[in-house]
Amino acid sequence: MGLLSLVTFIPVFGALIVLLIPRQNEKAVKIVSAVITFIPFVLATYMWGQFNYTMSGINNEAQFQFVQHFKWIPAYNIEYFIGVDGLSFPMVWLTTLLSFLAIIASWNINKAVKGYFALFLLLETGMLGVFVSLDFFLFYIFWEVMLLPMYFLIGIWGGPRREYAAIKFFLYTLLGSVLMLIVMLALYFNVKDPVTGGHTFNMLLMMDQSNHSGWLLGVDVRLWLYILLFIGFAIKVPIFPFHTWLPDAHVEAPTAISVILAGILLKMGTYGLFRLSYPIFPDVAVKTAYMLAVLGVINILYGAFVAMAQKDLKKMVAYSSVSHMGFVLLGMSTFTDAGMNGALFQMFSHGMITAMLFLLVGVIYDRAHHREIDGFGGLAVKMPIFAGVATLAFFAALGLPGMTGFIAEVMVFIGTFSVYRTLTILAVLGIIVTASYILWTVQRVFLGKLNPKYENISEISGRELFTLVPLGILVILFGIYPIPILNLFRASMTHLINLIP
Amino acid sequence: MYDFLWLVPTLPFLGFLILALFGKKLGKTLSAFVGVGSIGISALITILIGIRFLSSPPEGDAFVQTLWTWIAVDRFNVNIALHLDALSLVFTFVITFVGFWIHLYSVEYMADDESFSRFFAYMNLFVGAMLLLVLGDNLLLLYLGWEGVGLCSYLLIGFWYKDSANGYAARKAFIVTRVGDAAMAIGLFLLFYSFGTLNIQEILTQAPQTWSVGNNLAVIATLLLLGGAVGKSAQLPLQVWLPDAMAGPTPTSALIHAATMVTAGVYLIARMHGIYELAPVSMFVVAIVGAATLLIAGFAGLTQVDIKRVLAYSTISQIGYMFLALGVGAWSAAIFHFMIHAFFKALLFLGAGAIILAQHHEQNMFKMGGLAKALPVTFWTFLIGSGSLAALPLVTAGFYSKDAIIWFAWSAEGGNIYLWAAAVFGAFITGFYTFRMVFVTFFGQQKIDVSHFPKWTIHVPLIVLAFFALFGGFIELPGTMGHFTLFSDFLKSALPAMEEVAHENVSLEYFSQILTAVLALVSVYLAYVLYLKKPQIVTNFTDTGFGKGLQQFFLSGLGFDWLYERLFIRPYVWIARTNKRDFIDLFYVFLPWMSRQFHYAFSYTQSGKVRRYILGIALGAVVSITIVVIL
Repeated sequence: MGLLSLVTFIPVFGALIVLLIPRQNEKAVKIVSAVITFIPFVLATYMWGQFNYTMSGINNEAQFQFVQHFKWIPAYNIEYFIGVDGLSFPMVWLTTLLSFLAIIASWNINKAVKGYFALFLLLETGMLGVFVSLDFFLFYIFWEVMLLPMYFLIGIWGGPRREYAAIKFFLYTLLGSVLMLIVMLALYFNVKDPVTGGHTFNMLLMMDQSNHSGWLLGVDVRLWLYILLFIGFAIKVPIFPFHTWLPDAHVEAPTAISVILAGILLKMGTYGLFRLSYPIFPDVAVKTAYMLAVLGVINILYGAFVAMAQKDLKKMVAYSSVSHMGFVLLGMSTFTDAGMNGALFQMFSHGMITAMLFLLVGVIYDRAHHREIDGFGGLAVKMPIFAGVATLAFFAALGLPGMTGFIAEVMVFIGTFSVYRTLTILAVLGIIVTASYILWTVQRVFLGKLNPKYENISEISGRELFTLVPLGILVILFGIYPIPILNLFRASMTHLINLIP
Repeated sequence: MYDFLWLVPTLPFLGFLILALFGKKLGKTLSAFVGVGSIGISALITILIGIRFLSSPPEGDAFVQTLWTWIAVDRFNVNIALHLDALSLVFTFVITFVGFWIHLYSVEYMADDESFSRFFAYMNLFVGAMLLLVLGDNLLLLYLGWEGVGLCSYLLIGFWYKDSANGYAARKAFIVTRVGDAAMAIGLFLLFYSFGTLNIQEILTQAPQTWSVGNNLAVIATLLLLGGAVGKSAQLPLQVWLPDAMAGPTPTSALIHAATMVTAGVYLIARMHGIYELAPVSMFVVAIVGAATLLIAGFAGLTQVDIKRVLAYSTISQIGYMFLALGVGAWSAAIFHFMIHAFFKALLFLGAGAIILAQHHEQNMFKMGGLAKALPVTFWTFLIGSGSLAALPLVTAGFYSKDAIIWFAWSAEGGNIYLWAAAVFGAFITGFYTFRMVFVTFFGQQKIDVSHFPKWTIHVPLIVLAFFALFGGFIELPGTMGHFTLFSDFLKSALPAMEEVAHENVSLEYFSQILTAVLALVSVYLAYVLYLKKPQIVTNFTDTGFGKGLQQFFLSGLGFDWLYERLFIRPYVWIARTNKRDFIDLFYVFLPWMSRQFHYAFSYTQSGKVRRYILGIALGAVVSITIVVIL
């Protein structure tokens, strides 16, 4: 079995192992889960060492790495076709890291422990599968595999309004899946495998327009298919006005699930745009680029303004995600090197920063059992280490230079300025709003007089620090030395830009 | 020696790291050693590099040390690289040298604070970031330092975080400067767009070839950079944050909000002088901003009662002078005043700190008095600092640096008589409010007993800085007094020489100097009369309605806070509040509501009553038949 398949499927085998452990042995469930999620992380890190920076991937099978390609369901030309390139590998690595940390952050789950960890492990396989699939059908399966555990993880282990949030999440995402399904089938029946002459789900073949049928080459058809696929991904990102499932899902989801949701799941939307929408419909992508840039700016500003007014800490962080994902959209709408690499860097960077923010919210919630921003105050007095880590994460989120968020934003802006001047200026104004809501939050939670209710609140624990410190170090390290990440991206992004007419 | 340049910013960062991670365990003595020591060694290396620079300048008068590649994407390449030339050397020297004395002073000032090591951690981080700001060879690294010092400023203003007022001041400082930073960021993007690089020297070389004088892009780019500069340097219209920033510990005010960080705007404009010269309009705007700020801050300084706020407004005003000098093209005069100002203003803040420490942390000058006898060293050094700030003729360094600016405001290429008049009038106000402070604080009746007598750790920094505040000016003498130009000659390799174009006229220069000198002395005398000899004149005036109103108006910093509150903050908060519930979600709430209504409507039709069904069938039949008949 190939290394990449191992990384992808170890979690789901782990889920089986977890299910075999006696129910009362909760400690064993947790330890086994931690070990199992750690293995893909080690393997992915090893793969990073082996990664060939010059291979570009995107639409060329020979340029993919760790490829496995064989027939799965021959009757419908469905293949087991996986591989990574500079676009997917960073996301794979990030997924394995965040999954491991999220397992550690799930330590105090005490309701139906076995079910939680088994579902979580299934979720990890789903996520990894989405990032490695190069066959649209396989991609779609993994996409759906991801959806189901998420629904239950929010719906069973969530907060008071968990059912509302889970249903909302489910319906939204289902709509996206249906749209994607339509596009997938339309492509399947209209893309011809040049070798066999049959229909195909192979993404790389779909990217070659000489394989497209006459119908599929029609201008209107392409626009409509692009829009349907776009909405499917837009819901995941989420792009305004499809974003309202996110705050509810985040507020109700348990900490670790919020981490995964914001850290990985949101990136699947933009990943899908990069992986499928752009290479398959490059002509439409160019035509609609300005709209995408406008949506990006709306995300940035709208998310920031709504975040400003939130009273619930987690909701504030959720809306900040909406705002920060706007940078990805803005960057990818430019088709410039700086913009596209910046967008990808923002996906990576926001994955780490927002994970930190949700972990921090979780730490507070576990102690105070509420998340009202105005209900805290002066926590820095009793929790200086926690306040220090939180300050670091919040400043990373507001794009302070020396951390990854800044690198991403600067690259996006450098790329955008040469293409859309006015939009760039509007987006830059967003950084003022961001600064104001983040600092105001820091003030109300950590500074000021200690709220007497929290006279005896305990400092952050070693386990909690263990989940935060690696991310904090990476955020700073890749902020002052982002070259290792940029090296991963470079060849693939250059190749992708060359595909765009 | 040059190869050790990287150590200069690295040591403070290292100090920060040690203090941040192990500060609690180190204890106060070790923390002090790390905190002060790191800056001390940096200062030593800087001085050694400086000596080397003076004796054998590097090739091309600049030394570049590339540490590593920061960002590399296609054409967008940025290095972490240091650039040392005469300009950055002056700044590096002031930052590390003045910084060292302030750190030493802090050991005593902060001795009883429970967060002793945290204080030194922030201060070290600040010095490191500030050094990157002035040493960065590209605008992005400069911007990193720029935001880094902003962060430290935020952390140190809100150092005593248990009081929410301090947190408010910190937040205000960060957000107001970020407004400027946003403009500056757009400026950087524009420069990259125009030149394909952010390397400062490359931009300065390419600019004259790409842009002609008066080019629109040059004007826009320089105005955007000016936006960043006015934010950081607390100039009009973004000056409102600095007076509130006095909430931080006094050594912070001395280091960050007087000597170094707030002059970053001056550095930025001086550093980018090549593109400002291509945009005469922007130069003129810089000069106007400087002149207007120095007057407005001067007026506000007249009625302050908090000793630190007097100094804050005087800082804004003195940086106004520097901007004025930059705007008329007197580059080295601006840098000269920056250096001298760093000496005397740091001295004044440290003196004020010693007073505050001695007066049970009272900051209202009018509750003090008569401290000259109790605190002799503080008094004499404070007097020297005040003399330098008021530019008392001949004996103080401030006279030479300010005199140069005043004269160039008239005689330089971009100067004119109105700018000159503003500068002269500003000098008069400065002398008045400065000595008002001296007389009120040190003379008259002692009102509060002295609670803390300074030790050597406070006295030595005061004396050293006083020495420079007196004699630092002699390295640059005006044309009327021997035309000794050591400092501007030194800067010549980095900044264009100052040329008196318009009015090369010795008698006019004498006139200007004598007038300024006389006005400075008169202002001191006036302060003496009004605040020591006949204070009833002032009280009589402020008892009248007009006097009271004027006093309040000046006290509030001429109402800018009031205006901005209504112009920006309230609408902003209103917009955010109005959409708290995220109106888009209403649509998605509406969807299930609507489907439920349909559900009710349809389930109503299924009532189980036969007569209703028959009625329905009958009605349906009638409708169908009607349709068929009509069609």
